[in-house]
Amino acid sequence: MSLDFLELSIRELSRNFGRRRALSRVSLDCRAGETVGLLGPNGAGKSTLLAIVSTLATPSSGDVRYGGKTAGEIGAALRGRIGVLSHDLHLYSELTAKENLIFFGRLYGVANPEAVAATALERARLGDRGGDLVSGFSRGMRQRLALERALLHAPRLLLLDEPFTGLDDASTRALVERLRELRTAGCITLVATHDLDVAEVVLDRAVILQDGKLVASEPDVRGLRTRYQARLRTGAAS
Amino acid sequence: MTAFWRAVWIIARKDLAIEARSRELINTTVFFALSCVVVFSVSFVGEGGDGRAMGEAAAGILWIAIAFSGTLALGRTFERERYGDTLRALLLAPGARPAVYVGKLLGVVMLLLATEVIIVPLVAFLFQARLFDHALLLVSLLVFGTVGFACVGTLFAAMLGRARSRDVLLPILLYPVTIPVMIAGVRGTAALLAAEPQLEMARVWTMLLLSFDVVFVTLSLWTFESVMTE
Amino acid sequence: MRKAFVPLLALAGLIFMTAPILIMRARYESTMGLVQKIFYFHMPPAMLMLLSAIFCGLISMLYLIKKRPVYDWIAFAAAELTVLYGAMAMVTGPLWARKAWGVWWVWDARLTMSLLLWMVFVSYLLLRRYGGPGSETLAAGLALFGMATSPFVYLSVNIWRTLHPLTSVVPTLPVDFAFALWYAFLGFLLLYIALMTMRVRIEEQRALVDQLYLESEE
Repeated sequence: MSLDFLELSIRELSRNFGRRRALSRVSLDCRAGETVGLLGPNGAGKSTLLAIVSTLATPSSGDVRYGGKTAGEIGAALRGRIGVLSHDLHLYSELTAKENLIFFGRLYGVANPEAVAATALERARLGDRGGDLVSGFSRGMRQRLALERALLHAPRLLLLDEPFTGLDDASTRALVERLRELRTAGCITLVATHDLDVAEVVLDRAVILQDGKLVASEPDVRGLRTRYQARLRTGAAS
Repeated sequence: MTAFWRAVWIIARKDLAIEARSRELINTTVFFALSCVVVFSVSFVGEGGDGRAMGEAAAGILWIAIAFSGTLALGRTFERERYGDTLRALLLAPGARPAVYVGKLLGVVMLLLATEVIIVPLVAFLFQARLFDHALLLVSLLVFGTVGFACVGTLFAAMLGRARSRDVLLPILLYPVTIPVMIAGVRGTAALLAAEPQLEMARVWTMLLLSFDVVFVTLSLWTFESVMTE
Repeated sequence: MRKAFVPLLALAGLIFMTAPILIMRARYESTMGLVQKIFYFHMPPAMLMLLSAIFCGLISMLYLIKKRPVYDWIAFAAAELTVLYGAMAMVTGPLWARKAWGVWWVWDARLTMSLLLWMVFVSYLLLRRYGGPGSETLAAGLALFGMATSPFVYLSVNIWRTLHPLTSVVPTLPVDFAFALWYAFLGFLLLYIALMTMRVRIEEQRALVDQLYLESEE
């Protein structure tokens, strides 16, 4: 891989839509091998932040640096190092699971897309459903498939928006295990979630967003739930 | 450069694969075009009732049917990309983003050309029009005209993405801008259908359509990334 | 630019008040009599509409490249003024045409192009109003495409019409017509600039209010 980076640096990022403030001077630094949580209630700006980091949206002010350079400086190749699991899943329901994976594999220039797709199907525990249309899958199955889709090209930066929604216990454990593997492999992972119990297990650290502002930084995730609720209460009161 | 065209082909092939499975777009677009042609023809029936009296109406009806069914096809094509938010997934791919535009454009053009393969003979049949005497010119007219209409339409449909009122806004925005395509298409076809086919005029219109295509595909490629970023 | 608004408006008002004198003094055109005088109120808005459309297209292109909000405000104002002046031209035009050519409307190159351009900018306004958030960029793209398609419209109608030449033609004006005409043009131009200044100012204030809202939440 000719293009790679080991730090992600978000500086004073702001985004507003007219009068509505989606993000307000958010700063965050992440290094390779870290799994960082973005916590906060709905409308806190988590999705907007992920959209900007994934280069789909531009900030009103502030910047995001990947290994010291902005997206504009690096160019389109940057996207080959970023994997996104959005809550809309990015899957074609009219294609089979295997076809979806092969399509995205080709698009990302993965060598030998069929083989990689087969492996990914196994990891998603959908090996026997590869030839079925995605329209017939349950939410949990789609979620697992979508995660593998995001990881096909072995990205350096992984952005997950509510990945635990709709997953049963087994799938949740599998996802947690997967995230741990990725951490060991040196991936930078940003997870937006409001599932605090899982968060405690899978995150290295977390930041809490409320109304677009970063209200707390939690370097230690133990006992997160109580501190999270307390923070939100004080945040709401101030 | 080849990476660009590879990406274009991957995207176009995916659309073809989806379409081949259900054939939903082609069936509905063709049938809609057919009903347009029939309804308009009935509205313009001349005195004799045998179709010949309509003369230039044939050319107009053909191109209006293409424009209307094209608008629906554009809307439906991008509706498919809205379901899993897959348009954003395409924009996240590492290739140049305009490749997404060209890929979708290819798909729409192929769909419209397939529709025209059916309705052009139908128009010839209904109006006893001798459309196939100058097949090469007719085909060039249709291809360049379809590309012209589709290239502006694909950009507008993509950029309307998740806008409110996008269904009605697409034709509102698209039709005035593509009027030159309509004029050239209708006049060119009419020139071919005249009692004395005016080949020279038809060539002039074809050239006009070609220059329109060049200008607008270029403009669309320049502006695509800009209008698709939030 | 802000401070210029009142003087501009005053100047424009002055011109409009004195213009009728000049128009009265200009010779009666031989065949049409008094109705020809409408031309002084038709040609300037028509020409300014075209110029305004081109201006909007260019500013929109600048906005797409640089993304500075001020360009968007100017483009929006230019689009509104294009529609306004176009409407003025299209009301006065047929009144003149009926007397001059005997018909309310002809499909010649210039008229068709102007009509289509006007429609593009009406759809621009519809897009800004009903398109929801993010429609500034979309509208900029539309303005650019509208500007780009105008030569094609003109050309295609021209080619079409060479087969059926029209007898109507804009008369070449003798000197005392010309002076009154350019005087009226100046009046409309100053009015345009005054309205543009005011409109951009409104957008600027709106952005300022949004900014204050945002800051008050800090």
